[in-house]
Amino acid sequence: MSHADIMAGSNAEADSKQYLTFYLNGEEYGVEILRVQGIQGWDTVTPIPHSPEYILGVMNLRGAIVPIIDLRKRFNMPDMDIGKTTVIIVVKTHNDDESRTIGMVTDAVSEVYSIDENALQPLPDFGGSVSSEFVKGLSTIEDKMLILLDIDRLLDIRDKLAPNSQSSAA
Amino acid sequence: MSDDMDMSEIHDIFYEESYEGLDVMESGLLGLGIGQPDLEIVNNIFRAAHSIKGGAATFGFLPISKFTHGVETLLDQIRAQERSVSEDVIEVLLESVDSIRCMLDMFKAGNTPDEASSIELKQRIDTILALPSGVAMISASDGEVSELAETKQWTIQFFPSVDILKTGNEPLRIFNELRALGELKIVSDISKLPDIRNMEADSCYTHWILILDTDAERKRIEEVFDWVSDQADIIIECKESGIANSQAQAAPVAAALGLPSSEAESGVTAGVSSSNGKKTSSTKESGSIRVSIDKIDALLNLVGELVITQSMLARHADGAVAGNEAQGLKDGLLVLERHTRELQESAMQIRMLPIGASFSRFKRLVRDLSQKTGKKVELKLSGENTELDKTVLEKMSDPLVHLVRNSLDHGIEKPEDRLAAGKPETGTLHLSAYHEGGNIVIQVDDDGAGLNRQRILAKAIEKGIVSPSEQLSDDQINNLIFQAGFSTAEAVSDLSGRGVGMDVVRRNINDLGGRIEVSSREGVGSRFKIRLPLTLAILDGQLVKLGSDVYIFSLLSIVETVLVSPGEVRKVVGNGNVYRLRDDYIPVVRLRDAFKLRCNDSIKTYLERDGELLVVVESDGQRIGLFVDELLDQQQVVIKSLEENYKPVAGLAGATILGDGNVAMIIDVPSLIKTLDIAAITSKIEDFAA
Repeated sequence: MSHADIMAGSNAEADSKQYLTFYLNGEEYGVEILRVQGIQGWDTVTPIPHSPEYILGVMNLRGAIVPIIDLRKRFNMPDMDIGKTTVIIVVKTHNDDESRTIGMVTDAVSEVYSIDENALQPLPDFGGSVSSEFVKGLSTIEDKMLILLDIDRLLDIRDKLAPNSQSSAA
Repeated sequence: MSDDMDMSEIHDIFYEESYEGLDVMESGLLGLGIGQPDLEIVNNIFRAAHSIKGGAATFGFLPISKFTHGVETLLDQIRAQERSVSEDVIEVLLESVDSIRCMLDMFKAGNTPDEASSIELKQRIDTILALPSGVAMISASDGEVSELAETKQWTIQFFPSVDILKTGNEPLRIFNELRALGELKIVSDISKLPDIRNMEADSCYTHWILILDTDAERKRIEEVFDWVSDQADIIIECKESGIANSQAQAAPVAAALGLPSSEAESGVTAGVSSSNGKKTSSTKESGSIRVSIDKIDALLNLVGELVITQSMLARHADGAVAGNEAQGLKDGLLVLERHTRELQESAMQIRMLPIGASFSRFKRLVRDLSQKTGKKVELKLSGENTELDKTVLEKMSDPLVHLVRNSLDHGIEKPEDRLAAGKPETGTLHLSAYHEGGNIVIQVDDDGAGLNRQRILAKAIEKGIVSPSEQLSDDQINNLIFQAGFSTAEAVSDLSGRGVGMDVVRRNINDLGGRIEVSSREGVGSRFKIRLPLTLAILDGQLVKLGSDVYIFSLLSIVETVLVSPGEVRKVVGNGNVYRLRDDYIPVVRLRDAFKLRCNDSIKTYLERDGELLVVVESDGQRIGLFVDELLDQQQVVIKSLEENYKPVAGLAGATILGDGNVAMIIDVPSLIKTLDIAAITSKIEDFAA
């Protein structure tokens, strides 16, 4: 958590940060707004061979090739067809000193809230369908529950070396 | 000379220039005829040696300057036609070049070279210098007054600019060098010295008048001022001869010095400063590139035109032009499109370097190798002006050395064997480069014995690379030399035969997205043909369709495309499919299966046709067929990395953005074949064929 604080260079006095929230399968989720690069309507996504199912493919985002993650699939939620409100939230993730830009498919965007990070509640063991490794904590705003996501783990690059070592042996 | 940082940058420039100087010397020496040498070439060599000596002395690399001094003296004598050029002299000079290069390497690595290593060579030079050379013996630069040369008195007015000290030049060094030429009297003029309060410690306010009694020629004196010619007014007058010199020579020496150093030849130095040691950024890793001024001008012109087009379009957008706006906009866009394309090509051109510099290095290699092996070889070069991407050029250097060594070692026979075979005594090695169908081709031809297929096959069987029962075509046998651990040379020699060569050669070329082919006729010679892409950032692609997605093959990897009717694909034991392409059975795979694509749509499109489209690709001598739904256009695509935001994907070289803004995957054939585990499929095919 403190790591994320430093990253975002947030206001130390209030420890409050702005979060962009979005809907996914009827629940409201939040990501740190400083990580958000943009919000994009649905566009053609080119599938990547040998990729996990939750990676829909890649998209051209102003000349950069950006992988698109289907959050519903990532969190083992039921599929939903792409609708009018479906948007891709483009975020920056940090992993081992490397930063990557990825897109997340969400049902719809909602609001921007200021959230006091010290008042976050941990995820109870049984809660929600989202596995706890992606969740920073829970927050309550206007009697609503918000699930704040830790996006750095969304794109699993742990198996990164496997295909790489194969091709370098070529 | 303010601090160490600056000094190390200046040192880097010195190294870079000295290495270039050595290259100039080397290629000059190799082109130098025995007996009556071409004076122009001798002058070039001399100037290069002189700059190296001067630089080394200025920056305190004394072993280099001391050693080069002897070399310079010898060259000076040749230049003055006081000494004839013999094979011996060239040999010594070439070895000196190596020795200087070696010393530079050591300094660069932070060591001080051992003087003992060059001492033997220095003695040989001294021996040559001590020999009477038929013509009068003069050791001009040592200031030993010769009887023949006339001692004259020279007056040199030296007006350095105020900033001369800041550029690392020290007048005292110049005076010391002049002193070496003869008797020197120095008169300082301090009339310009400012009041002490206004004086800056690192500015030079003094002017000098130098009176020099020497037998040296004007050129020698001018050379002393080489380093400062553009920062000082220098007037050199001869007192004794006195006649009319003043007019002609009053012009700053700079004009007379328009000749120095190798820079004059190659056009312009971009990123590298001229010899006065200005600050430039030259980090070792980043690597600089010399670009001809024509290319930069072309680029600047284009940028200029682009700006004009932009303002033209902006005018239309503002509605400032009445009448047919749409037409104006369309015209503007057309112009813009053309300029953008030209700009892209132009920018790419900057990375392109002629292959000639790389080729001329082989003159030395061939010379040394033929001496070592006692073979007579003539090296022919053609297409030296063919341009290649700098990265490709650098990575091709080692493979080419391997190929040339191989041709000399295995290919070209000994003179007596050649005569016995009814061939001219001197073998020919031909290095050529040319464009062919959007690729660069580099070819190494020799008229030697050709590949000995019986021996290759025997060796391959002995090493277990092929089984004795296998029937191989001539081509397949030829290609065995690219297998790892393969070598037919009976004795492992200094040149080749360790069996590490050819497989590495092929791997390097494949890594660059290129291909190597070998063809050979016994007794007539061999030819190695390397095809390379023009550049690494842009690829000539064949677009194919799989379902609704577009995939791209590099054109270089495609051998051919065939229409296969359904019955022609046979199933072999297990699950491998093969197709008979003329005489060979090749494994075939559906590209969608290879990529485990999840699309089920439009799979019937190819079933409705008479047959299926099979793209035959090749990598590492292995051919496979890949079924695709549809063949689309061929076009150039810019390669973009998938790793930047995702991770490397087996079978893909990257992705690109097509004209419609969509992303398409670029197929990496070598890695695709690896992921398919072709070995397993191939073994099944062999069973089938047998």
